[in-house]
Order: sequence, then C-alpha cells, then structure tokens
Amino acid sequence: MTLGSNTDFVLAVEDLTVSFDGFKAIDKLNLYVDRGELRVIIGPNGAGKTTLLDLICGKTRASNGSIKFKNEEMTQLPEHQIVRKGIGRKFQTPSIYENLSVYQNLEVSYPKGRGVFGALAFKSTAAIAQRVAAVAAEIGLAEQLHGEAGLLSHGQKQWLEIGMLLMQDPELLMLDEPIAGMSVRERELTAELLDRISQNRSVIVIEHDMDFVKRIAHKVTVMHQGKILAEGPMDKVQNDPKVIDVYLGH
Amino acid sequence: MSTLHNFLKRTGLLPLLLLSVLILVVFPLALDTFRLNLMGKYLCYAFVAVGLVMVWGYGGILSLGQGVFFGLGGYAMAMFLKLEASDPVSTKIQSTPGIPDFMDWNQLTALPWFWVPFKSLPFALLAVVAVPVVLAFLVSFAMFKRRVGGVYFAIITQAVALILTVLIIGQQGYTGGVNGMTDLKTLWGWDIRTDGAKWILYYVCCALLIGSILLCTWIQKSKLGTLLLAMRDKEDRVRFSGYDVAMFKVFAFCLAAALAAVGGALFTLQVGFMSPSFVGIVPSIEMVIYAAVGGRMSLVGAVFGAMLVNLGKTYFSESAPDLWLFLMAALFIGVVMAFPNGLAGLVDEKLKPWLARRRTALAQERTRRLQREAEAATLIDNTLHGATP
Repeated sequence: MTLGSNTDFVLAVEDLTVSFDGFKAIDKLNLYVDRGELRVIIGPNGAGKTTLLDLICGKTRASNGSIKFKNEEMTQLPEHQIVRKGIGRKFQTPSIYENLSVYQNLEVSYPKGRGVFGALAFKSTAAIAQRVAAVAAEIGLAEQLHGEAGLLSHGQKQWLEIGMLLMQDPELLMLDEPIAGMSVRERELTAELLDRISQNRSVIVIEHDMDFVKRIAHKVTVMHQGKILAEGPMDKVQNDPKVIDVYLGH
Repeated sequence: MSTLHNFLKRTGLLPLLLLSVLILVVFPLALDTFRLNLMGKYLCYAFVAVGLVMVWGYGGILSLGQGVFFGLGGYAMAMFLKLEASDPVSTKIQSTPGIPDFMDWNQLTALPWFWVPFKSLPFALLAVVAVPVVLAFLVSFAMFKRRVGGVYFAIITQAVALILTVLIIGQQGYTGGVNGMTDLKTLWGWDIRTDGAKWILYYVCCALLIGSILLCTWIQKSKLGTLLLAMRDKEDRVRFSGYDVAMFKVFAFCLAAALAAVGGALFTLQVGFMSPSFVGIVPSIEMVIYAAVGGRMSLVGAVFGAMLVNLGKTYFSESAPDLWLFLMAALFIGVVMAFPNGLAGLVDEKLKPWLARRRTALAQERTRRLQREAEAATLIDNTLHGATP
C-alpha cells in the first residue's frame, strides 16, 4: 500500500489499482474532488466507473493505492464505518425497501440508533419527523409519505434513494446513474435537485446522458479502461480528440 | 370495553389475547393433568418456533440447528436437577456415592469440573440462557462477519447440530449418552413429578411464553425490527446506510437461541428428562416446520403451528408410527407451496376478507329488511286508513 499525500481536497484518490484475476479494472488512477464540487464521471461501458465508486465506498477492496476522505485513509475501513465518516452511495438500480412506507424508508436512514442496542432503544422524535418531512419535500415525495415505497414509479424510487442518503447528510454523495429510466420532466427535476444538494456538499455522479451531464457538471472526468483519459469543463472535454476517439473510434 | 378493543387493534395484540385465554383458561379447564402436561411440552417447542419467526421470518436467516440451543438449555437445567437427585444418601449403593448414576456406570470417580458449578440453581438458570447464547454468538459472528449466509449458513447450523449430538452420545460419562439425563426428581427440594407441580410448571411455561411473545412484538416494532425487514429486502442498502449488518443478524440469531434454550429448560422440567433425541438434525428441522406451518411472520401463528404439528405427531405416531415422517415432510412441502405464510397467512388472507364480506352482506341484508318492513308498514297504514276516508 502506498501512502497518499495530504491535501485540501474532500476526496483524494491516488495510485488506485484493483485487479480481478489479473484484469486491471482500475489502473493507477488519481482523482481529486473539491469541497462543494459536482463532478460527473463519464466513459464507455466497462471503463471502470462503477468499480471506482465501489472502491471508494468499500464494496470492493483495492489491490493498491490510497483513498483519502478529508485526509483520512478509507481503504481499510469496513463499509458501515466509511458511511459514518460521511460518504453516501446510491446504487445503479434503485435500492429501497419496497415493503416499507416512504416515511419508514427515510426514517430508518436517519443516522441515530445505528448499533444493535441503539436501534432497540431508538425513539423517533419531533426533530426526526421534521427532517423526514423536509427531505420528502426536497425530493418531491411529500404526498406519498405514507404510501408503500414499492408502489412508487421508477423515477420516484430513484429520488427516494437520494432522499435516504440526504437523511444522513453526507459530505460526499456518490450517485450511480441517477436519471436512468426517468422521463424528460423527471430529469429536469433531478437536475434541479442535484443543483440544490451540491451547494453544501461534494457530489460525484456517473451518467451517460450527455445533455444531462452538460446541465449539471462543474467538471467532467472521462474514464477509459480503468484510467483517466481527460478531465475538465464539459466543452473542453467534449472537444478533446482522445475523448472523441474513444467514443466514436471503436 | 371499546377502549380495550381499540387498544388491542392498535397494538395488534388481539391474537395474543386469544392465545392467552386458550392456554391459560380453556386448556386447564378442558384437559386432565396428563394431557395438560403434554400441551405444556408442546408449548416448550413453541418457544423455538417464536425464535424462528424472529430469525427466519424477520431476519431471513434459516437456521436448521435450533435443536442445539433447545438441547443446551435443556441440558443445563437437567444437570442441576440430576445433581440434586444424586445426593450421597440416595446413591449410596454406587461405588462413588454423590455423583450422577451414569458417571458411576462409566467408572468416573469424581464430579467433572464443569459439572461442579451446576450445583447452584442461580448458576444453572444463568447457564440455561448464557451457554446457548455464547455458542450462537460465536457461530453466527464467525459466519456473518464473513458474509456467509443463506443455504450455507443453514448447512453450518446442521453441522453444529450433528456435532453436538455425536459429542453428547460419545461422551457418555459426562452427558449420560444416548439415554440422556433421566430420573430427575426435585427442584430445590420441590418434587416436580407431582400433579400439583405439573400444573404450576405449565403456568410458568405459559407466562414465560406470553412474555417472550410480548418481548418479540416490542422488538418487531422497534427500529431494529424495521431494520431486519429492510435487510431481508436490500441488505446492501442497509450496509451502505451505515449499519453493521452482521451484528444485527448475530443479534437475531442469539435471540432465537435464547428463546429456544428457555423452551428446552422448561421441557426438562415438565417432561422430567433430557436426551440427545431433542438436539439432532431431525428435531431441528421439525422445529422449522412448526414455524412454517404456523406462519413464519406471525409470533402467535408459530405457537399454534407448534401445538398443531405436535398434536398431529402424537396422534399419528400412536396410530401409524412409520408414516409420521413422511406425513410431516408432505405437510412441510404442502404448506410452503400452498400457504407460504402458514396458518396465520391463511387467517389474514382468506378468513379476514371472508368475515369482512360476510359482515357487509349481513349489513346490507339488514337495511333491505328494514326497508321492506317500512314499505309494508306504510302499505298497511294506507289500506287501513285509505279504505275508509
């Protein structure tokens, strides 16, 4: 394991490598994310985007390299500890508790009573109910609060999962394809939601839809074959011959 | 009365109240001491079934080794009772008086060290719960921290059941071997074999069972209960919401182990012996069938499942002992295929809607009758008064 350097970045990924049976899904990758930045990661299928998020949140273990969150090494921590440090992760397919109500989905994500006995003694307070109501309003599900989550539309499920992460108030939020399966109107609402929630936290988004990327991104990172191909503002990246080659050349 | 009704409806305790009336009032009035004692034995198995609702129904963890914890609880209780029954006076014909008879038969000349603390009742009662919970913790911690789950975990629990049976049967001198611990007589000088004692033990068993169901209801309603359901649905989402999923599973497994152990200890007290035939693979699977038949999401349903399957077992093993195992297997497969939520599911999905339909039909019938009567009354009125203007 190499030691990463100390930086002012909220997230500093250095020299990160992971190999599956010799195949390097992520290859000596460096990535720095600023506080309050909304970064979009794009790239062709199999570029290693989702694997990168898996590595940051601890779902997959790195073969080598360092992941520092606020200058603290994350690579050895168990998943739930990484979450408690302030990193939230939304999965590609909406991952919500279908049999529980929207309210319960949000309440259970509130960062209190996280131990076994803490959960037994957990009492919902007015403050928590207020927070649930506020988040539900933020994600546009205030009306559906007491309905079963399984009955929501696909887009609403995506919002609910984002809401569940907002309940934890993470400093770094990672969203894997948040607008997959959404209508045009829902995409616009999601873009507005991302604008609002990235005001006081850093957000990493993986997305394929270029119009949407252009709409939300502060900075874009292009990945290809486990490496970073280009990085910068959207218009600059879009005109980069290397990027054009990767997207159109094969 | 209506406030009580509302309270029961709100808390969902009506089924528990019905069960309590049945086991506390109806059974003692309707059954003789022998049958009541038999029912008490079934209720001991109900503890295991209630535990399985928590770990299997709620936690989604199938354990095929609950007999281990039932047995350990039962043996811990039996060790105390055996020591009390083996005082030097009543064992004076042995070559070493004062130790349990089976030890003497196996040429042991002193009480083994791990038997010594079981001379104390408080220690034995503590051990009834503590020994199974510690074992459950070690097994489940090792498995769940390594993310072993599902069918692999079920197989491991089977292996534990097998190992414990082999150990108990093999170590005759320490455990009484295949015969188990028999000739248990008194609890702190109180003869547990009398009819009076059997009645009292039956009521103790009922009270503890109702207490256990209340405890589990409370856990189900707590955040922990919600989290167990959430984990069964999307384990990764719970993990990446900052919860140590393994520890919640460990808790559910230890809880089920503790409940099974209490059932085992009460079994020893009511039946008067404990043997490896309640520990192994077959009894462990039988215990899962109680929960499956009763409904693995319903605490009260599981109790009924335990009572009904055991009634069936007692009845059929008297009339057709060879067929019983096949019948039980057929019952298990049938229930899982046709009613995945067991008897409780049948009540919720079929009986309740039928009752509701019946009630509305009756109400409609009543309004129609009233209407007809009113029409008839006006008709009579008109003919009486209208005919002679």
